[in-house]
Amino acid sequence: MGNDLKAEKPYITIDGYRVEDKFSGLDDSIKIEMLRKMYQIRHFENETEQFIIRGMIHGTCHLYTGEEATAVGAIYAINDDDYITSTHRGHGHCIAKGADLNIMMAELLGKRTGYCKGKGGSMHIADVDSGNLGANGVVGGSIGIATGAALTCKMKRNGKIVVCFFGDGAANQGIFHGSINMASIWDLPIIYLCENNVYGMSTPVKEAFNIEKISDRKYAYGIEGLTIDGNNLVEVFNTVSHFNGECRVGRGPVLIESLTYRWRGHSKSDAQVYRTREETKQWVGKDPIERYKKILIDQKILIEKEDRDLEKEVISQIKEAAKFARESPFPEPSEVEDDVYA
Amino acid sequence: MRELTYLEAIREAMQQKMREDSSVYLIGEDIAEYGGAFGVTVGMLEEFGKERIINTPISEEAIIGVATGSAITGMRPIAEIMFSDFITIAMDQIANQAAKIRYMFGGKAKVPLVIRTAGGGGTGAAAQHSQSLEALVAHIPGLKVVMPSCPYDAKGLLISSINDDNPVIFIEHKLLYNNKKCIQNVPRQMYEVPLGKGDVKREGSDISVAATSYMVQKSLEAAEKLSQEKGIECEVIDIRTLRPLDIDIILDSIKKTGRLLCVEEAPIFGGFMGEVSAQVSEKGFDWLDAPVVRVAGRNCPVPYSLVLEQEMIPGVSRIEKGILNLLG
Repeated sequence: MGNDLKAEKPYITIDGYRVEDKFSGLDDSIKIEMLRKMYQIRHFENETEQFIIRGMIHGTCHLYTGEEATAVGAIYAINDDDYITSTHRGHGHCIAKGADLNIMMAELLGKRTGYCKGKGGSMHIADVDSGNLGANGVVGGSIGIATGAALTCKMKRNGKIVVCFFGDGAANQGIFHGSINMASIWDLPIIYLCENNVYGMSTPVKEAFNIEKISDRKYAYGIEGLTIDGNNLVEVFNTVSHFNGECRVGRGPVLIESLTYRWRGHSKSDAQVYRTREETKQWVGKDPIERYKKILIDQKILIEKEDRDLEKEVISQIKEAAKFARESPFPEPSEVEDDVYA
Repeated sequence: MRELTYLEAIREAMQQKMREDSSVYLIGEDIAEYGGAFGVTVGMLEEFGKERIINTPISEEAIIGVATGSAITGMRPIAEIMFSDFITIAMDQIANQAAKIRYMFGGKAKVPLVIRTAGGGGTGAAAQHSQSLEALVAHIPGLKVVMPSCPYDAKGLLISSINDDNPVIFIEHKLLYNNKKCIQNVPRQMYEVPLGKGDVKREGSDISVAATSYMVQKSLEAAEKLSQEKGIECEVIDIRTLRPLDIDIILDSIKKTGRLLCVEEAPIFGGFMGEVSAQVSEKGFDWLDAPVVRVAGRNCPVPYSLVLEQEMIPGVSRIEKGILNLLG
């Protein structure tokens, strides 16, 4: 009788791994919160694009548009005080990790009120106190840093884990090998999350790898690994939740390949001659936000009207952030040599 | 007090800091059972265990990446790069990550990382195991660069480096590790030799000689010889920390002597002493009676054959000649 009463935990299979469907057990408010985060990323990037077009970005930006489900699904699957490291295409990770939109936007415009006081820009947004160990301008540059953070977690026994985001291009850097090898021999609590968005700048993954799945590199390190649909928030959430649990009991690291696609060019100066409009259109058809929204509406967690209100709310929040950034002061030239040394 | 070698002084600094602070740990290649390629960490595994004396695979880039990541999250790593030549393998992590994290993040992170590495030639190890690459790292804002020349400084500077909240490249010299000629009294207790302070190792009024690392010992030898044979009194200044650089100690000296000879082991072209020379010319021109002159390595990789190696790296007689020429 007792056994019959105990609710069966729902399990699903993702790329051969049987994982608990933790998503279905979440509060509706968290499910809606994740949609809000995806909207924030989408509209933050849209606004950034406008800034680029108007020549207000001194330098470049790499937009995360189209990849929102990976950042949001992964970061909502870990604890608030866990660590992440991000990439040059890092706005999405930072927003999902809870970065303040005003302060982020101010940094993009090189303002003193920005996360880095205008010294870092788009590629170096970090908030170490909240566990965001930083975007990184060097492809693969943060994989070692993330691994070191995981070593801290192990040495201090602080119960935290690390999610290390990087792209397909970074998987061919030496630091990928050196770091994952070390994490594997020391059983470090870290999830290596490779965002395969099909191109490393202009070079297609199929020209840069002689293997079908980047996650197959797990065999080289004797670790777990799998490839998931990175445009499906529920799948990302459930996968990372599962390995989050594994890492916390000493069964890390893991290599997750999240298949997604960047809708925009590599950076602001990309004519996109290496891919076809048809291909991009196809991927836009797999919009992670539309797909997630449909799930929420189908499950009656959200109605169309609420969704429209939510998106409107986010848009006005982003407009506020843009206004804050525009109206913020630039740094004083005399601050140029500040913050070099502690 | 008791006498220690340079190597023992370095080891003692690490042992004492590790006993005091559980966030200090060592990471590097062959540093555990083997005790490091030069034996600096011998016995430390037994005292501190595998958790804090972390042997790594041969992956210099990952060693520095991992050390950097742990430093920004609350540890105080001491990473050992076996030969200073191999810092080039880790250069992205040193130059683009560790050095710049604080600045890029607007001062909102600190990187308390020490990279210990063995530099210098004279061991017959040839071009890839003998370089003096200090200028390469001293050029990068965000890094501090330390080169001790004797056991007392080695211990105190290493303690200061571990206590510092910035990435410090701590370059040791292989020919000093077990050098019986420069064994010194070293206090048993912990003490700091401050970063950014040079040291007058020998007082003199005829000419100033500024040197780094092992070249300080060679310059002192040359100075003694010239004092005994010719009655020339050289003031020998040990730069000790290349960045931050204590230019004032050199300027104070040339006010007295009017002449400056700079001695370093690295190839002369683009070497660190070019910076010293430029700063002295800019700030001390009025006190100079002659141009600043450098005695440094020849402009070639460090060769293997003893005859060639001795030609490449400055020795006592070249320093002596340099002093005599500068005195006219």
